[in-house]
Amino acid sequence: MKHLLLILFLMISGRSYAVDTRQLLDLKQQESYETLTKELRCLVCQNQTIADSNAELAADLRRQVYEMLEKGKSNDEIIQFMTDRYGDFVLYKPAFKGKTVLLWIAPIVFLIMGLITVFLFIKRKKMSINLQNRADSLHMNEDKQKKIRSLLENGDIS
Amino acid sequence: MLKYIIPLVLFIIMAVFLALGLNLKPNEIPSPFINKPAPGFSAQKLNAPDERLSPADLKGKVWLFNVWASWCQSCRAEHPILNQLAQQNAVLIIGLNYKDQPVNAKNWLDALGNPYNINIMDQDGRIGIDYGVYGVPETFVIDKKGLIRYKHTGPISAEDVQQIFLPLIAKLQTEI
Repeated sequence: MKHLLLILFLMISGRSYAVDTRQLLDLKQQESYETLTKELRCLVCQNQTIADSNAELAADLRRQVYEMLEKGKSNDEIIQFMTDRYGDFVLYKPAFKGKTVLLWIAPIVFLIMGLITVFLFIKRKKMSINLQNRADSLHMNEDKQKKIRSLLENGDIS
Repeated sequence: MLKYIIPLVLFIIMAVFLALGLNLKPNEIPSPFINKPAPGFSAQKLNAPDERLSPADLKGKVWLFNVWASWCQSCRAEHPILNQLAQQNAVLIIGLNYKDQPVNAKNWLDALGNPYNINIMDQDGRIGIDYGVYGVPETFVIDKKGLIRYKHTGPISAEDVQQIFLPLIAKLQTEI
């Protein structure tokens, strides 16, 4: 129980909260602020979102998002603003288009390749087991036939 | 035969992708600005805060837009190269003093030399955001029409000047 509690507390403290929090008056805008900052990449520390990072650039970009929301800009407008300046790389979820097709379909392609490999492997294994079985049964038949032949030729000796 | 060819082909495909991956530079984010107009601004000059500069003032000139800061170590490494370039008078060099204290910036230039024709200030980093700046130093080459023609991320080396900047500047100077 003690351990469980400890783990629970560790999990709570391990949750990452935004480095600085801004409060927008409008609840819907606040929601947008939180989703947007979690979808935009901090370009200095490339594997963090701007919500997670406390790099200066991330703080500036959070401010930018906040100000644009305050001015009543839509999520799409803000995303457009960021990609105009930093390219698709700023998005954690890049748009599906010519340049990013490979990025999106590669996991599916790999999954299908994996499934085909497993399928072929199982099929081959089954085939070899089948052959083995047939060979075994043939083998048994030979033994039986020998016995029968000997029985026929020599009579019952048991 | 096929048994050997398939793994070989797979191996070659993988090797090609891995080789490409090795040579990628994740720090160099492709700039969406190439051949687009330089974003506008109206910024205070470092040495004359009452005066302002905007890209429109530089129409008809080829200029380098170099983003730098006194707190930036790589800028220190780049600085002598810029000084040399300035001596050649090949191009107008405009500095964007990014998220810096004016006093520190001035001291820095006094100590290391000033290659910039004009320096402007961007203390809160807003011009930086408009130019997609994510690390200093960064350098843009802007043509006579005000289009960004090239962007360099990180410190410029002497080879970069010889192989990229000078040829490009010479070409842009001949354009009308």
